[in-house]
Amino acid sequence: MTKFFQNDKVLPGRSEGTKMSNMTLQEKKQQIIDDFSIYEEWLDKYEYLIELGKSLEPFPEEKKTEDRLIKGCQSRVWLDSELRDGLLYFRADSDAIITKGIISLLVSVYSGRPAAEISADDFAFVREIGLKDNLSPTRANGLVSMIERIKEIAAQAANDTVSF
Amino acid sequence: MLMTEEIRKQFPALSGTVYGKPLVYLDNAATSQRPRAVLDCWESLAAGANANIHRAVHYLAGLATDAYEDTRRAVQAFLNAPSPEEIVFTSGATAAVNLLAFSFGEAYVREGDEIVVSVAEHHSNIVPWQLLCQRKKTVLKVLDIHENGDLMVESLENLLSGRTKIVAISHISNVLGLVNPVQKIVSICHEKGIPVLVDGAQGIVHEPVDVQALDCDFYVFSGHKLYAATGTGVLYGKRKWLDALPPYMGGGEMIAHVSFEKTSFAPLPEKFEAGTQNFNAVPTLVPAMAFAKACREDASIQKEQHAILEYVYEQITKNELITLYGTPMGSKIPLFSFAVKGAHHEDLALILDKMGIAVRSGQMCAEPLMDRLGVTGLLRASFGPYNTLAEAEYFIRSLNRAIAMLTGDSSRRSE
Ligand SMILES: Cc1ncc(COP(=O)(O)O)c(C=O)c1O
Repeated sequence: MTKFFQNDKVLPGRSEGTKMSNMTLQEKKQQIIDDFSIYEEWLDKYEYLIELGKSLEPFPEEKKTEDRLIKGCQSRVWLDSELRDGLLYFRADSDAIITKGIISLLVSVYSGRPAAEISADDFAFVREIGLKDNLSPTRANGLVSMIERIKEIAAQAANDTVSF
Repeated sequence: MLMTEEIRKQFPALSGTVYGKPLVYLDNAATSQRPRAVLDCWESLAAGANANIHRAVHYLAGLATDAYEDTRRAVQAFLNAPSPEEIVFTSGATAAVNLLAFSFGEAYVREGDEIVVSVAEHHSNIVPWQLLCQRKKTVLKVLDIHENGDLMVESLENLLSGRTKIVAISHISNVLGLVNPVQKIVSICHEKGIPVLVDGAQGIVHEPVDVQALDCDFYVFSGHKLYAATGTGVLYGKRKWLDALPPYMGGGEMIAHVSFEKTSFAPLPEKFEAGTQNFNAVPTLVPAMAFAKACREDASIQKEQHAILEYVYEQITKNELITLYGTPMGSKIPLFSFAVKGAHHEDLALILDKMGIAVRSGQMCAEPLMDRLGVTGLLRASFGPYNTLAEAEYFIRSLNRAIAMLTGDSSRRSE
């Protein structure tokens, strides 16, 4: 088991110190919406995303393979996942730091949740924090592709768990 | 004499704001903004002279046809082409290259023949030739560039063989911004009897073009990068070639006679203009070319453009974090594609966007060139005649601030 998947990393920002793993999915999402809402200026939101991106766990170079690469992004994004005890863990990386910040948000919300819960989620909070609307069209596509990949993995895992 | 501040007023788009900040439009190589004269021309044709051309005898059709054919003569004059029949309207540079790759390919290209392009071409001047190569089992050969971005013109001769059928090269690359020595390339190719297509999508905007002096066989460009309406473009071809080529598309008005036994084709240029043409938009090329010419000949605008070129060039090259592709300044247009150490081009573009600055990031439709340069993408700022030195200064300040945000060097943040 790699260190990353056991790591209980919290987001820097206002929520620092709160153990996110004990929260419900809804609480986690609300926390991110709250964290984001304090930044009125877009440049400040970007500063925050850049900080998040920098704080993301390093992603092993050897895992940056074609099958982990997400299509539809101008920058490159890799997503890796692992199913353990019915819970789905994610790890991700990007060569662009703002994208990396966005994926770190997704990872912090969804990593360590039951596969079925993830696959049933509507991911609407992404719109609530304004990410999808305010990022560039190609970036938004990347975000959409990223979400789709997470859902896909979750649906697959939920399926596997049931039939197991 | 025109002043940059004065001509800006002719461009409604330039007084716009984005995210509450004044728009600084530095994506001119992708498409230019359009002056009032172009917008008015477009609208007045759509409202007051909308009828299909070349077909009907009624009054409106006459107006529309005259506007269209007058434009052909204006383009002929703009390029100094020998005759208006050598000007074919297309929907843009891409359509023009595709037309040529198909028709020229049908007439002249056989299995085992060769076609030469450069590594610095836009996809639009690569992929149509690749399609031809697939169709005809032809070989695509690639002219390389030097480290600074200059074409390796000295190795062109060795690349040409008895089987080379055509050389397709850009006048100015949309990434490197260097003016290629087209005349020299043409003379090298002509010595071996090989025709040359010049992709002038960027060249037509920045250089006076005289197709007779260049002696190129074909020259293509898009209207939308030259201040004209979208969906307009030109293929210039020497009559001896155009006459010999088969049509690309079949349809209305490109025919002389149609029957199920035998169809014959209209003479030039209609042979290559099948179907209803973009007749509301094509005439916008007239005010657009007039604007381009006026800017080129105006000392004050040229001075400002040169000041921008010198200033941005210096600021970018003196920054140790930045690698500029396409040097030196001598043959450069104010178009800068560069990489920043420690900052991804897309991050930079996103941050600059929020500062009101429109720049391009990514591969810029030149993936083979990105591979050649060993980068996944670049950031590009391309200036037009309505951009001011003050905007260039704001761009550099904002760029430095964005770099500081991304590289974590907070000392530069408040510059
Ligand atoms: C050098 C070059 N060639 C061809 C094209 C294609 O032009 P269009 O998309 O208008 O057909 C472009 C446009 O980006 C270009 O810069």
